[in-house]
Amino acid sequence: MSCSRMEKWILPYVDGRLKVGEQRDVEQHLADCAACRLRVNEFRAVSGLIDELPQIEPSEAFDLRVRARVAAEPVKKSWWAWYAPSPRVAFAASALLLAIVWFGSRPAVNGPSLNPTATAVINPEDLPVLENYDVISNFEPLADLPPVQADDAEQPES
Amino acid sequence: MARSDVQLMLDVKAGDEQSFALLLQRYRSPLINFLYRMVRNREQAEDLAQEVFLRVYRARADYVPSAKFTTWMFRIATNLALNAVRDTKYQRMEISIDAPAAGDTEEGDERPLDVADKRPDIEQRLVADVRSKMIRHAIEKLPEKQRAAVLLHKYQELDYAEIAKILECSESALKSLLFRAYEALRVELAPLVAQQSKI
Repeated sequence: MSCSRMEKWILPYVDGRLKVGEQRDVEQHLADCAACRLRVNEFRAVSGLIDELPQIEPSEAFDLRVRARVAAEPVKKSWWAWYAPSPRVAFAASALLLAIVWFGSRPAVNGPSLNPTATAVINPEDLPVLENYDVISNFEPLADLPPVQADDAEQPES
Repeated sequence: MARSDVQLMLDVKAGDEQSFALLLQRYRSPLINFLYRMVRNREQAEDLAQEVFLRVYRARADYVPSAKFTTWMFRIATNLALNAVRDTKYQRMEISIDAPAAGDTEEGDERPLDVADKRPDIEQRLVADVRSKMIRHAIEKLPEKQRAAVLLHKYQELDYAEIAKILECSESALKSLLFRAYEALRVELAPLVAQQSKI
């Protein structure tokens, strides 16, 4: 192994992160190379010096600040949620749709017809007054009444 | 048995806020220390750490455990730190290396020095302070990416593959980066290195 190749192996060697075969190669080189041996020692010293720096502690308010910011986060909705209506709107829309369908499917016989031929197809037996026409026409007490004059009926009393 | 980071994150994704509190407890200190060494300011480091946790929380719905949680989290932290360091606004706000940040008493600079019968302690402490400042100064002088590599390597004890992913480079490039960083530190800290090597 050359000194230039050692560049990538020195630090992993100092860290003890080399595989067995790699470590053996590095040690073979170090046995013959005083410059690389010195560098290994110096890198070990640098590593020890970096370890000397003290750690800092988070401030007491740190957790509170993070939790406050997390709590202030808007509730995340999915892209499709934009289309999802609120329950009230969904109920109102469903009710309106049902009403439209119901009105649309109703038979038209109950409403007034604008079609003049519609009267011709009405069955007289459907009318309750006509059902009792025979009874009224043969009712004896009515036979004693004087016949109604058409003029009297039409002319208003003076 | 403690739940893994990935399991905690999946629980957060499922709506368990308590799991997020556990992640916060587990990583607040490593994150703040990493960011503090990167941006050299405690207050700013805490602000950035908050931002990291917030981004982790925001990403919970889309979280897929394709990489280690620490790799993902430190990648967010590193990107934020590199942006902050490069931001000229923060460059102007940099605090002198010789003056600790407000509220930063880790070096013991604010302790009284007028106790005559404790002179040896004071001298030892002053020597330790100078030594500590030299090391800090040497790390701070490293280019940002080298500094991030050293901090992730030394303090977070992440493996090379993880650090390479965080810094978005190959493992080979990372080893070169670390070698150059250690070379620079070796030169910058030559007096201390010479002392240390003799021990």
